[in-house]
Amino acid sequence: MNENPGYQEQMHLLQKEMMGRYYAELTAAAEGSGQKSAYMLVSGNPVELVRAFDLLPVFPEVNALQLAVKKQALPFIQKAEEMGYSIDNCAYVKADIGCFMNGRKTPFGTIPLPQLILCNYVGCNVYLQWFEHLAEYDPAPVFNLDIPFVRTDSGEPSAEDVTYVVRQLEDLVALCERITGKKLDREKLRRIVELSGQTGELWSKIKALTQRSPSPFDAYFDSVTLMAPLYCLRGTEECLRFFETAYAELLAKAEAGVGPLPEERFRVVIEGPPPWPYLRTFRDMFSKWGAVAVASTYSTVGGLWEFGFRHDPDRPMESIASHMLQWNLTNRNFLQRYEQIRRYLEEWSADALVIHSVKSCRLFSAGQGDMREYFTKELGIPTLLVESDIEDPRYFSEAQIRNRVDAFFESLEHKRAVAAQTTR
Amino acid sequence: MTEAVQESIERCRELLAAPFGDVAGALKRDHPGSKLVGCFPVYTPAELIHASGALPIGVIGGGNQIEIAHADSRFQSFVCSIVKSSLELGLTQRLEALDAMLFHSICDPARNLASVFKRNFPGIPVEYLHLPQNMGPRADGYLVAEYRRLLLALGELTGTPATDASLKRSIALYNRARGLVRALYRLRSEAPEKLSAADCYVLVRAGTLISVEEHVAMLEAALPALDARPARPKDRIRVVLEGSFCEQPPLELLERIEEAGCYLVDDDFLLGWRWFRSDVRPHGDPLRAMAGAYLHGSVYSGVKHDLREPKAKHLLDKVRELRADAVLILAAKFCEPALFDYALYRRALDAAAIPHLFLEFEEKMWIFDHVRTEVETFVESMLFA
Ligand code: SF4
Ligand code: SF4
Repeated sequence: MNENPGYQEQMHLLQKEMMGRYYAELTAAAEGSGQKSAYMLVSGNPVELVRAFDLLPVFPEVNALQLAVKKQALPFIQKAEEMGYSIDNCAYVKADIGCFMNGRKTPFGTIPLPQLILCNYVGCNVYLQWFEHLAEYDPAPVFNLDIPFVRTDSGEPSAEDVTYVVRQLEDLVALCERITGKKLDREKLRRIVELSGQTGELWSKIKALTQRSPSPFDAYFDSVTLMAPLYCLRGTEECLRFFETAYAELLAKAEAGVGPLPEERFRVVIEGPPPWPYLRTFRDMFSKWGAVAVASTYSTVGGLWEFGFRHDPDRPMESIASHMLQWNLTNRNFLQRYEQIRRYLEEWSADALVIHSVKSCRLFSAGQGDMREYFTKELGIPTLLVESDIEDPRYFSEAQIRNRVDAFFESLEHKRAVAAQTTR
Repeated sequence: MTEAVQESIERCRELLAAPFGDVAGALKRDHPGSKLVGCFPVYTPAELIHASGALPIGVIGGGNQIEIAHADSRFQSFVCSIVKSSLELGLTQRLEALDAMLFHSICDPARNLASVFKRNFPGIPVEYLHLPQNMGPRADGYLVAEYRRLLLALGELTGTPATDASLKRSIALYNRARGLVRALYRLRSEAPEKLSAADCYVLVRAGTLISVEEHVAMLEAALPALDARPARPKDRIRVVLEGSFCEQPPLELLERIEEAGCYLVDDDFLLGWRWFRSDVRPHGDPLRAMAGAYLHGSVYSGVKHDLREPKAKHLLDKVRELRADAVLILAAKFCEPALFDYALYRRALDAAAIPHLFLEFEEKMWIFDHVRTEVETFVESMLFA
């Protein structure tokens, strides 16, 4: 209701079509098309390598996300809990395992069984559990692609880290060759990596657009539209075309001074994953106040392009390694995240920080109280912290969250009014 | 003899009950010039610290002695207690004797805690180890490099960098200590009436708070005396306990569990301090030996994802080896790795028809009636089934 008519029409349609085709491919594979698939994880994913073998990348996280958005997750979560998973375990895992063990049928398609279980362990320790469990439930070969965490003061991986990852990638190639019966086509990989590089370039340009005022789109709620293709389809021509369209469209909006809301009254940075089961409700709480997210950390879990990283076709393996090691949010330490947010606040000219703390994802949430302390006490940034969940609808207390959001923006408004008076 | 060992155990209990800051301060005073390196669970390559001329000390939460008054505004209600209580120790100036702190990739809360430590306690340098989760052929070289990196930092801290010779001495010493702990556990599984889980626990836990030399001396004296203890076996079921590898349950809880009718013949308390199934190779390149032991000679654990064999198989093997009647999964509340493991263990235990019970604990809990009743009911169901 608050949005401009026709907002992001073209790119939305295109995205729907592409993701529809992607899930149709998954369904076909599940029904015996013969295409082989690899289960993998979103954070810093090496989808280029998987695509080079024509393996269909399947992201259980994206499936879990879709289930939550379509309000279909809870029965699967409960099935997993019946198997012994705890109420306190990450609900992404539970929704996926519940679905995996119960026919893999979803309203958006059927998920095929894997021929490869590729645990790209990029930061999230739950990933290791998750795919270890899938490997128990399914006979497909499993590979832990172990990515050393960023842990030095420089924030850079060491030379040994890079070597370790590149060598593992070579082992992974050998495994994919065995699974697919095909030799790695280096030229093809080069081309895929090139496409990823170009896509990353566009994504980064798109993200720069939200530095303008008004921001042409919401960098939290709308980024989602771009993130699914970025993970599932990166490295394909169609994904690049999609990003070209998206960039053109969003640029036009920026030039025309059109934003997602009739009026942009507050610019915020949002940290933490969205509450998928209540996305619309949550969004409306901010729209009501004219608050637009100009940057979000969540949109960098799969990769962090806005600070300069690009896949390099001349060094395909090294750049895949570098993406996984360093150029994504999840493999960076918590203080690097503070720094990332600080840059957003500054370079994207934001008024406030909103932390959405989700129970499921402790990678994101554990310690966010300290983060709030840092931003309010050390930097004097108005910071709001609200709690719910990324997947489990049982943790969303609407009234409570609404009250906190309202109180926060009321106080921001008040401060603004006072400031206006004193400058008058 | 027996009295002496009882005294030892009492001293260990006192050590555990004493405020952490005092214990750390005393350790430092007794070893003038030595730096203290705090070790967060699970595993610490203590040899590297020792060989660099520093003392490792276990920072394993606040147990049930401290109240969490500040840390709960930093870490949410759905985060395990050890993360908060360890932070609370720092926020209440109980970690001032520490010269450095060491964490490793065990779970996401502990990982973020390392950063929170770094920001809040600028006087305590934080080192973070990434131990490999791909146990394939590439891990060896990587882990040696990772240990070398840690050694460099430790050398800078102490000013007396480790040498091959000092590393070998430390390996030999820790081999001895771990060997003695293995002997304690062997005694417990063979004659559990001679050594209760709680007594065994305090003897091992003391090792995280005193120097390894003192620990070795203490255990060398204690073992034969424990073995010689006259004790009559009680009519209890033999139970393997699993799931308490990081946050540690209160002593009283262990006592109540055993009193409820079982002998805990094995457990995973303080697992990282007894990480290896046998000695680390004392000759050859010491870092290669340490890395090799990690990759090929360490125990299974919820924080090490070795896909060469299912975790549950290790648990089943252990149950059979120790002729245990049942398994008790005792997981710290909100401990993601332990809670995940339970789903796998439960499946395997059901398939093997091994009775099991799942319980959650918190280091700070102080009411045990409910646990006791549950264990009693469980034991009865087995004895009279
Ligand atoms: S903990 Fe977070 S990053 Fe990890 S699997 Fe769950 S939702 Fe994903
Ligand atoms: S108790 Fe579990 S969740 Fe908490 S720090 Fe230890 S391993 Fe992590």
